[in-house]
Amino acid sequence: MKRHLLSTADLSRDDAVLILDTAEEIARLAARPIKKLPTLRGRTVVNLFFEDSTRTRTSFEVAAKRLSADVINFSAKGSSVSKGESLKDTALTLEAMGADAVVVRHSASGAAYRLATAGWSSSHVVNAGDGTHEHPTQALLDAFTMRRHLGGFEERRVTVVGDVLHSRVARSNVHLLATLGARVTLVAPPTLLPVGVESWPCDVSYDLDAAIPGSDAIMMLRVQRERMNGGFFPTEREYSRRYGLDAQRMAKLPDKAIVLHPGPMVRGMEISAAVADSDRSVIVEQVANGVSVRMAVLYLLLSGSESAIGSEEGHSQHQNTEPKGAVA
Amino acid sequence: MSTTYLIKNASILGGDPRDLLLRDGIIAEAGALGPVAGTVVIDAGGLIALPGLVDLHTHLREPGREDAETVDTGTRAAALGGFTAVHAMANTDPVADTAGVVEQVWRLGREAGHCDVFPVGAVTVGLKGERLAELGAMADSAARVRVFSDDGKCVSDANLMRRALEYVKAFDGVVAQHAQEPRLTEGAQMNEGELSGLLGLAGWPAVAEEAIIARDILLAAHTKSRLHVCHVSTAGSVELIRWAKSKGHPVTAEVTPHHLILTEDLVKSYDPIYKVNPPLRSATDVAALREGLADGTIDAVATDHAPHPQEDKDCEWAAAAMGMLGLETALSVVQQTMVDSGLMTWADVADRMSVRPAAIGQVDDRHGRPLAIGEPANVVLVDPRAKRTVDRTGLASLSQNTPYQAMELPGAVVATFLRGTATVLDGKLA
Repeated sequence: MKRHLLSTADLSRDDAVLILDTAEEIARLAARPIKKLPTLRGRTVVNLFFEDSTRTRTSFEVAAKRLSADVINFSAKGSSVSKGESLKDTALTLEAMGADAVVVRHSASGAAYRLATAGWSSSHVVNAGDGTHEHPTQALLDAFTMRRHLGGFEERRVTVVGDVLHSRVARSNVHLLATLGARVTLVAPPTLLPVGVESWPCDVSYDLDAAIPGSDAIMMLRVQRERMNGGFFPTEREYSRRYGLDAQRMAKLPDKAIVLHPGPMVRGMEISAAVADSDRSVIVEQVANGVSVRMAVLYLLLSGSESAIGSEEGHSQHQNTEPKGAVA
Repeated sequence: MSTTYLIKNASILGGDPRDLLLRDGIIAEAGALGPVAGTVVIDAGGLIALPGLVDLHTHLREPGREDAETVDTGTRAAALGGFTAVHAMANTDPVADTAGVVEQVWRLGREAGHCDVFPVGAVTVGLKGERLAELGAMADSAARVRVFSDDGKCVSDANLMRRALEYVKAFDGVVAQHAQEPRLTEGAQMNEGELSGLLGLAGWPAVAEEAIIARDILLAAHTKSRLHVCHVSTAGSVELIRWAKSKGHPVTAEVTPHHLILTEDLVKSYDPIYKVNPPLRSATDVAALREGLADGTIDAVATDHAPHPQEDKDCEWAAAAMGMLGLETALSVVQQTMVDSGLMTWADVADRMSVRPAAIGQVDDRHGRPLAIGEPANVVLVDPRAKRTVDRTGLASLSQNTPYQAMELPGAVVATFLRGTATVLDGKLA
């Protein structure tokens, strides 16, 4: 981790723990009547959202405002793909306006990385979801929530179920939870697992029922109905039967196991209403924790020493022009 | 009256030094020559003489995308790269699917004069893959088209591919296939493998290339017509072509310089300068391609020179155009990967970059000839000891999308002669 938060794969265990501990402190402050901290007064945080995501944008907005930052919501629907303004020009505009941090959501994998490394901007970049690549603050808030309930990560088993292939949440969670010492099992039909998943730091299973009894936490990923048209599975019914979490399956979870979902849920598809609303479900809590974790990230990136949550590699690494993929 | 050149002490195809006298468009004399009156003498001691290079796969972008490249700028780049002939791909705007368009490109090439331009004709109308373009009219045109390709698009319909292969037999044409099964590569962004999964970029599986190659080999065998496979990029494709040749099927293949040197690891930068079709593959694939080129399974190096304006690369990965420049760096990349590595000799380079591509393109009456008396004076002089650092701002191409920016590459083209006329002298356009 550097001056940006682009991927949980970049986070060392110390970085990750520092973010979670900082979020914990911030959460305690949030219990006070006056929630606002003066920490980022005079700093500007831009929420640059090329994709609609009211919940993530709002969460970042609340987080930045509670730190007294000035917040600009820059909704840039229609990227260069659809002949709108290009990512580069948007970045140059925000740079000219003096953005200290850019929180970016984009449909293209690598968009946040590109923004941070292409030399268009000197802002800190926080990846708020890039295509099917990563969504690091979601994984951090998931980890935060799990740590509160499970007490730690060593020897804990986390099962992530659903559309891993298209899920930035799954990628970020696998990297982060492995770094923190948890054992992750991905469960999905083979069509919704990426090629090469066997090299990821986790176990992989096609059988949800086999994974449930050993799970301390189970995370259900949203399955977009569009995927059915891609032929990834035959019908919603069949998907739900094989990979959905309903009350019967939930009953087979260990006693203290929790159920997570990054939202938005498709009730009746990957998760039944009874499960979503049960006392095992920490889904609403995840949302609350999201604000604390995002406050911690913005605080650590923007206040004081620039390497507060990491070191090495600045945003100028693009100037390293020697292609590493050249075979001698 | 054209200048007469006396090339002194050039190592012919990397062999013993000889002198070559270029006069009236041909190699008039060869051997140990004394002073000849009225000639420009070129001291070629330490330089290697090769027949002018022939590129089977160049995108000159004209007509339609003159902001990226023109026939003039593209052929300047070609001459500087040591080429005396390029085959201009058909995916222009309008598409080169009629005699009119191919004749336009051919004429622009003649006017530019930096190298011969042989237009490639589209296989199907508008590259749409629906019905055959007027292949015969293009073959009979002044452009005398022999290579037909929907490059950029795959002729994926098996029956249409069969008909194309059959039809071109009437004028000894060849169908150059861009092997990419479209359904297996919908939205594909990079080589499918461990890295694509981690980067969250839609995978481009090797099987999408190999399945089409396997099918087309069988169609070529069945129709007894010539198939040429464009830009082979996977180890499996090399195996298939090796098998086809072992059976005597009429199949040839090319590999690009970038697939001989670059790997998918570069995509970790999410820098679209490395976005190309077919995608950069693994180190295993690179090794297999080099081996295939060395043993002759792959017939030719073809650049797939694909200029794009800056705005089409200066963006997020998914939005970027696919393709990279190649003409001005091809020979250097081949020297580094194939010659300096000991896999091939300079005579092999002449074979894969001039002789065989000329034969595939049916221009071997004029190009890819021996450096011998009476032959057309299409010659390139290369300094194999030179080193140069690639500077994208110093290229003749109108575009700058070279993946080799700031890389040091070996070798330099010192001079290029097209029918005895210097197109390049002292490494600069003549």
